[in-house]
Amino acid sequence: MKPLSLIRRRESFLGVVILVLILAVGLITPEFLSAGSLLGAFNDTSILIILALGQMLVIVTRCIDLSVAANVALTGMVVAMLNASYPFIAVPWLLLLAMTLGALLGMINGLLVWRLGVPAIVVTLGTMSIYRGAVFLLSHGAWVNAHQMSAGFIEFPRTTIAWLPVMSWIALTVVLVFFLLTRYWRFGRDFFSAGGNPTAAFYTGIDVGWVQFRAFVISGLLAGLCGYLWVSRYAVAYVDVANGFELQVVAACVIGGVSIMGGIGTVVGCVLGALFLGVINNALPVIGVSPFWQMAISGAVIIVAVIANSRAERRKGRVILRTPTLNMARG
Amino acid sequence: MKHHPVPDSLSTPVRRYLFRWEIFLLLVIAMVFILNSLASPYFLDPWNLSDATFNFTEKALIALPMAMLIICREIDLSVASTMALASVCMGLAAQAGFGTETLVGIALLVGLLCGLFNGLVVTGFGIPSIVVTIGTMSLYRGITYVILGDSAFTEYPDGFEYFGQGYVVWVFSFEFILFLGLALVFYVLLHHTNFGRRTYAIGHNPVAALYSGIQVNRHKVILFMLVGMLSGLASILLTSRLGSTRPSIAIGWELSIVTMVVLGGVSIAGGAGSMTGVVLAVLLMGLVTFGLGLLNVPGIVMTIIIGAMLISVISVPVVLNKLKQRRKVR
Repeated sequence: MKPLSLIRRRESFLGVVILVLILAVGLITPEFLSAGSLLGAFNDTSILIILALGQMLVIVTRCIDLSVAANVALTGMVVAMLNASYPFIAVPWLLLLAMTLGALLGMINGLLVWRLGVPAIVVTLGTMSIYRGAVFLLSHGAWVNAHQMSAGFIEFPRTTIAWLPVMSWIALTVVLVFFLLTRYWRFGRDFFSAGGNPTAAFYTGIDVGWVQFRAFVISGLLAGLCGYLWVSRYAVAYVDVANGFELQVVAACVIGGVSIMGGIGTVVGCVLGALFLGVINNALPVIGVSPFWQMAISGAVIIVAVIANSRAERRKGRVILRTPTLNMARG
Repeated sequence: MKHHPVPDSLSTPVRRYLFRWEIFLLLVIAMVFILNSLASPYFLDPWNLSDATFNFTEKALIALPMAMLIICREIDLSVASTMALASVCMGLAAQAGFGTETLVGIALLVGLLCGLFNGLVVTGFGIPSIVVTIGTMSLYRGITYVILGDSAFTEYPDGFEYFGQGYVVWVFSFEFILFLGLALVFYVLLHHTNFGRRTYAIGHNPVAALYSGIQVNRHKVILFMLVGMLSGLASILLTSRLGSTRPSIAIGWELSIVTMVVLGGVSIAGGAGSMTGVVLAVLLMGLVTFGLGLLNVPGIVMTIIIGAMLISVISVPVVLNKLKQRRKVR
């Protein structure tokens, strides 16, 4: 385990970078610094935050879930079509359905990884195309538009409670649950034990495959939740919803200091990583930079962030003899 | 992780050949071929089959070096973005009035440099390549968006269209002949040279490879450069075939290329796989997509079938192995 001070240093560094970024944008366009605009940016990032937290658990157990975006599209399409055909079904039921369906899709990933031992990247590469194709089979390529959705369906994430929209509150709740989960519950600590050192975890009586399965189920459940949030926020559902978003989700984790080798990652870092991408996405149009720059900038940011993280990890490596050679060989 | 059990006897050549991955792929290909010719009367036409090769040769070209990179425990997800960047650079040069030879040189050079950058960041900082190349994937693609925005290059010099549209003899297109030639080159490189043996050695055990005197990092950088250069080559073919460059060119190809490699029996954990398997997997995917296309199956439904094929083909040997072990325990 890394010394606490180092974790603090890395995350506070990321926090400072985000603050500087916000202030710099504020210098150019002061309106960006208003509470409304900042809360709006947070609200825009809610989905990324939720998905990144689920992805974090999967990555921490040495797996990866590339099917999250397809999961979002599929669950989103299911609830949107249900709402269009049966507008009387109340939103909480749809939310429950989306989460159950998402968890089921995650379960398929988890079972293949756990019971068959197929590498997670292969499994989720496959299910990614299957889930995405299933959206097409279900909708026949048709869109579900805003006028087909019921008012309650669209209004729910926008309803403001105590200055914040429901969507932001959902993200905050997920963050809080994850904070408690990964710090204080054995259920949550198991993810880190299984990913940090699978052999040691096995000898302490943790079934690594079962832990990975649970990580996939949680990631799928959150993707289902985001499926509803996505279609109701943008008031449209179609086959290409959230296309390519899985890479942004992984990027948010990586920027937040989650190690792709497993075992390392914090909720705070992960949230800051997502916020960092969110601030960039929101700030670029505000300071008049063409949105075409967005992709190149986030690419450069990911590379710089992983280089910075690798330094932090290497410092820890010096404690143990021979690890630097191992790192060299691995690299 | 794939386990390689130590064989309990050395002389079982017939059985070992029967249970080879390549034989399995060959059987599946034969089955798909027969099913296709039964399902559609247009399948067995040589010109139709020739047209079908255009759908996969560009991806297949990148799958060849990608197989070596994955055997070496690394991966490159930025290949499609490298193609886009190379294509845009060719477009810029074509607008400036350069000739076909220069365009080819530029695309290969851009690909090489993209690969070099990936390789240097991965080996120099010891970062997992999947993360680095997710980063460069949006970086390279992002640069093409910055240069092109929502416009497109459509002006290319005379003679440039030969690469993607020309035929060498009869139904054999330039693309397909080039693929066959390069497949042979990579077969020799992986299975009959020191370079190939080193690739396996690093993939099996990087630390042991380092201690036995292999320059692990240099080897990996060379492989990344190879992948980059072949992406540049694929970019020439695709740009020439389409006759235009848009920033979204070849988007999402990295995943089908990785699918081809994994389907070919290359272990994602490194150290195992063969070039024959990859070439067979390429042909299999080509046949399946073409056959389904003749039956009017939409492209997105094909992705379901390819995804399911990937998972089931990978898990079949795992399940068989488990059953075998269970029987042994009894």
